[in-house]
This record gives sequence, C-alpha cells and structure tokens, in this order.
Amino acid sequence: MKALSQKRRHPLAAIALLLLGLLVTGGLYAVATTVNQAKASTTSFSSSDVEEGGKLFAANCATCHGMGASGSKDAPSLVGVGAAAVDFQVGTGRMPMQMNGPQAYQKPAQFNDEQTHQLAAYVASLGAGPAIPEESLLDEKGDAAAGGELFRTNCAMCHNAAAAGGALTRGKFAPALAGVSGKHIYEAMVSGPQNMPVFSDANVSPEGKRDIITFLKQIETNGSPGGADLGALGPVSEGLFVWIAGLGVIIAFTIWLTSRTS
Amino acid sequence: MGNHSDGSPNHSGTVATAGQNEVEKFQDPGIPPHRLRLADTDPKAAKRAERQVALLFGASVVGTLIFLVAYFAIDLGDDSSIATIRLQNALLGVGTAFAMLGIGTGIVHWAKALMPDHEVSEERHAVRIEEDRVAAVRIVDDIVEETGIKRRPLIRNTLLGAVALAPLPALAVFGDLGPRPDNTLSHTMWAPQEGKLKRLTRDPDGTPIKASDVTLGSAFHVIPEGLNELHEGKLNEKAKAVVLLMRLDPSSLNPSKGREDWSYNGIVAYSKICTHVGCPVALYEQQTHHLLCPCHQSTFDLTNECKVIFGPASRPLPQLPIAVDDEGYLVATSDFKEPVGPSYWERDEHERSINS
Repeated sequence: MKALSQKRRHPLAAIALLLLGLLVTGGLYAVATTVNQAKASTTSFSSSDVEEGGKLFAANCATCHGMGASGSKDAPSLVGVGAAAVDFQVGTGRMPMQMNGPQAYQKPAQFNDEQTHQLAAYVASLGAGPAIPEESLLDEKGDAAAGGELFRTNCAMCHNAAAAGGALTRGKFAPALAGVSGKHIYEAMVSGPQNMPVFSDANVSPEGKRDIITFLKQIETNGSPGGADLGALGPVSEGLFVWIAGLGVIIAFTIWLTSRTS
Repeated sequence: MGNHSDGSPNHSGTVATAGQNEVEKFQDPGIPPHRLRLADTDPKAAKRAERQVALLFGASVVGTLIFLVAYFAIDLGDDSSIATIRLQNALLGVGTAFAMLGIGTGIVHWAKALMPDHEVSEERHAVRIEEDRVAAVRIVDDIVEETGIKRRPLIRNTLLGAVALAPLPALAVFGDLGPRPDNTLSHTMWAPQEGKLKRLTRDPDGTPIKASDVTLGSAFHVIPEGLNELHEGKLNEKAKAVVLLMRLDPSSLNPSKGREDWSYNGIVAYSKICTHVGCPVALYEQQTHHLLCPCHQSTFDLTNECKVIFGPASRPLPQLPIAVDDEGYLVATSDFKEPVGPSYWERDEHERSINS
C-alpha cells in the first residue's frame, strides 16, 4: 500500500487511471451488448411479444406516432409499415428520433434485440406489411456480379457507385453502406425508410436483393483494388489530396532544386 | 542624416548628402564572392556526396527490380483475389517511383554537390544595331524590285486570287464532319411501332412492369420494351429513352390541362435525362417528392410536373404519357411530347414539329 501511495503523485498516474476507467467501461459495455445479442430469437412473433411490444410502444413511441400507432401531425401512422420497418428504424437507432430535423440519424440502438423484436411484433400485428427477411436471403452467397448491376441501376445514384453515400437536398443524405448488416440493408429496400424509395419484391426480387447484399459485402471485404480510395467520394477528396500532397511535393522539389548545397 | 523634408526621391537617407542636389547613380554591386561548398574543400565530404549519389542510383536499380519482380512473379490468374491485384499495383507503383526518382534526384544531387559551381555571367547583346536594320530593309526592297510585283499587276492579281480560293477545299471537307443530327434527338424508342404501344420494362433485365407492382413510394428504373434486343446503337437509344417511374398519392399530383390522363393511379413516368446538361436525374426523395440531379443539384418537384425548384436547369423534365394495357402492364401511349435532355440548336423547331 505504501508503494501505491507513494506513486499516486507520479505524472503518469492520471493517464493510467483514465485508461483503466475507459477499459472497465468498455468491457462492461461489450459484455452487456453480447448479453443482448444472446437473447435474439427468430422472426416468429408470439402473443406475449405483441403484448410486451404494445407496452413498449405506448411508453416510448406513442408520444409522436399516437396511441395505436395511428399517427399524429408530428409523425406518420405505422399501420401496415410491417415488422421490417420497425426492425430497421429501431435496430439502427434511428428511432426513437433524437430530435426533429431533415433526417433521423443512425445512433446506438436504444432498445435491445428482444425489445426491438417485441416492438416489431406489435406494429406487425396492426396491419400487414413487409416482414423481417429470412436468414436464407441474408447468407451473402448470391451472385455478386448480378447484384452489382442491380446496385448500379437502382441504388448507386444516391448511395454512390462504391456505396460511400452521398448528399441529397436540404440537409438530407443517403448514408454509406459499409458496416450495415445485410438484414438492415434488406429491410431498408423493402420498407423505404424516410426519403428512400421502396424497392418492393415486384421491383427487385428477393433473390435480387440477396445478390445486392452479396455485392455490397464483397466490395466491403475486398477493399479498393487501386489502393487508398480516399473515401471513394470522387473529385472532392481526390482533388483536395492532389492539391495539397501533389503540389506540396512539387513545391518541395523546386525549393530543393534551387537551393545551394552547403 | 539626409534631409527628407523636400520630398525629393533622389536623396538617400543613409548617405550624408544634405544640402547637395547631386543625383546618385546606382552602383553595380557585381557578382557576390564565390562561396566554396563543403565538398570543394573537404575530400571526405566529396567522398560522402559521391556515395550518396551512388546510393540514389542504386535505389533506382532496386526500384526497377521491384517492378520486374512484381510484374513477372505475381501471378494474376483467373482466380486471383483483389488483394493480389492490389499488392501488384502497389509494387508496380513503388517500383516505378523509385526507378524514376532515384535517377532524377541522383543527377540533381550530383550536379549540386560535386559538379563545378562557378558563377558565369553572360553580357546581353546590344539591342539594335543600325547597320543590321538598314541591311534588312535593303533585302526586302531588293525582293520587291527583283520580283517586279509592282510593275506586273497581272501576276500580282492572279496570285491573290489563287491564295484566296485555296482554302475552299477545306470547307468542303469540314462539311463531311456531319451529318447533322437532324431529328434523331427529338424522338425516342417510346414512339408506338405499327400501332403497338411500347411497354415499360425494368432496367436492366427488360421484364415488363404491371401497374399493380408499383407500390406507393416505389421508384422503378425503366427502359422501353425491345431495347435489350437492339444490336446496334443500344446505348444511344438508352441514353435518350431512360425513364424513372414513381407512384405517389394521386391527390398530391397537380396535372395541368391536357395532361390529366398522362398518369395512372398516381403512377408517373419522367425522363431521367436532366434538361441542364444531360446527367441522369434519379435521386428520388419519396417523402418530399423531389428529384435531384447529382451533377449540379438541379431539383425538380414531382408534384408539379417536375418544375425546376432549384439549380441551373431551365426546363421541367419531360413527362412520358402512360396507361395500362389489357393485361395490366404499363405502356407508353406516345413518345415524349418534347425533345428530352439538354438544349440544342434546333430544339425549339423540333418541339414545334412534335406538337403540330
């Protein structure tokens, strides 16, 4: 103990304490999230799920979406949006919305997987809508080439040909798709969250969606064949890089060429 | 100190010239004394610079070898992964950079550190020598005199005529750069063929779209029926005919007179080619019903017949009149009623002929 009390005034003590605190918090958080994941279950809904979901909905969502999810002037009705929409919006943390604005942002999910499942069960019970996709459509074993063609036709104009995302009008944007789970990508396509159009099964077939997810996961794991992609944002980031780094090197060489040797 | 109170620029403050009005001339300071480099005086330093230059040339050799090894040793077979391609690309780039920069920097360092660096000044020539000028004028005069161009107007005039006519063949050749596009820009594949209305089909697979497939909030990327069967000029036809199909709540549409029957149950079809410079306008926001062009941010309001609400585009996107056939598939009842895409010289003329 004596040694510890002597060392507590050491200049590095504060840093060590901070690191320890961060590690403990992070570790606890990781444990908590894996506990939640373990509780995840299949897409079948029991009547108790619906009942529990109704309670969660009344407590957390009804302020804006209204009792019975019938909508209000602040938020749309959720009758018939389906379990897919709930699983996407709540599962990616977009709902409950942090504040009003052009677009709901992705943030750490407020509900664990079981609660999300119960909310989805409740909303699905209000009216038929797109369901949570089956595992077989999310196995990332479709045709990546076909998926790439579908992606470039239907998705690339907003989400960027390399799925790096892009700006829309008045503060809205299409997010980057790297790191988004296959399930959430599928649900976004069938439900059309916020300003994204709906890509129903009649437009892009379930197999086509599987191909698109396969393609996205493939480009995510493969990376850019040409080296650093600078965010795959096109002329803005590339131009900035060339102006700063490229011109910088040229200026450095000119200075060296004209300087005297010692 | 000099007296500055008279405002004269000819007085220098540093030289005591107060009271005198002499103009001081700027003295040529000459070349500064030569400063010897380290390598000029110290043989060790010279030896070191020599080694550095050799090292840079050696780096170039290594770079070339890296390039060759990367090119021949890394096998890019059919089953090679992106990681292999990336590795080869990186090594080829690094190898080339070392090979070129090694030689370049080596030569520069050699010249700067070891080659003689004595200053040389070269005197400027006198700007004009009067005798040369007179001689040149005399040569021109001689030419005019000896050709006799002043005395023989027949020769002068025929020469002028020949030179004036000579460029005419070039004009004829430039004419062959055409033909002018004529009316190919003003009509698309959507025009009914032999009375048969063209179906709206999905891009890229070309399957027809049923009106019931288009759910509220949907956006379909559409090509005309038969486009995929074209063998020649497919991309040119596609570039004119691509359409975006969307379904809105019918009550949110505000069709103008004569365009009420161009949509079907809230399903509308608009040309995807921006009227500004022809980028594909396909960024559809299903809640605000805005269509955004990604190139210059022209924004079109779908609820008001794609009126321009922001950006440099000057005309709304052309609407494709659609209906449903006996089997429930969406069809185009006619071609676009105006030329699609950006402006061109004959556009107004073409628009008048379409609508007459």
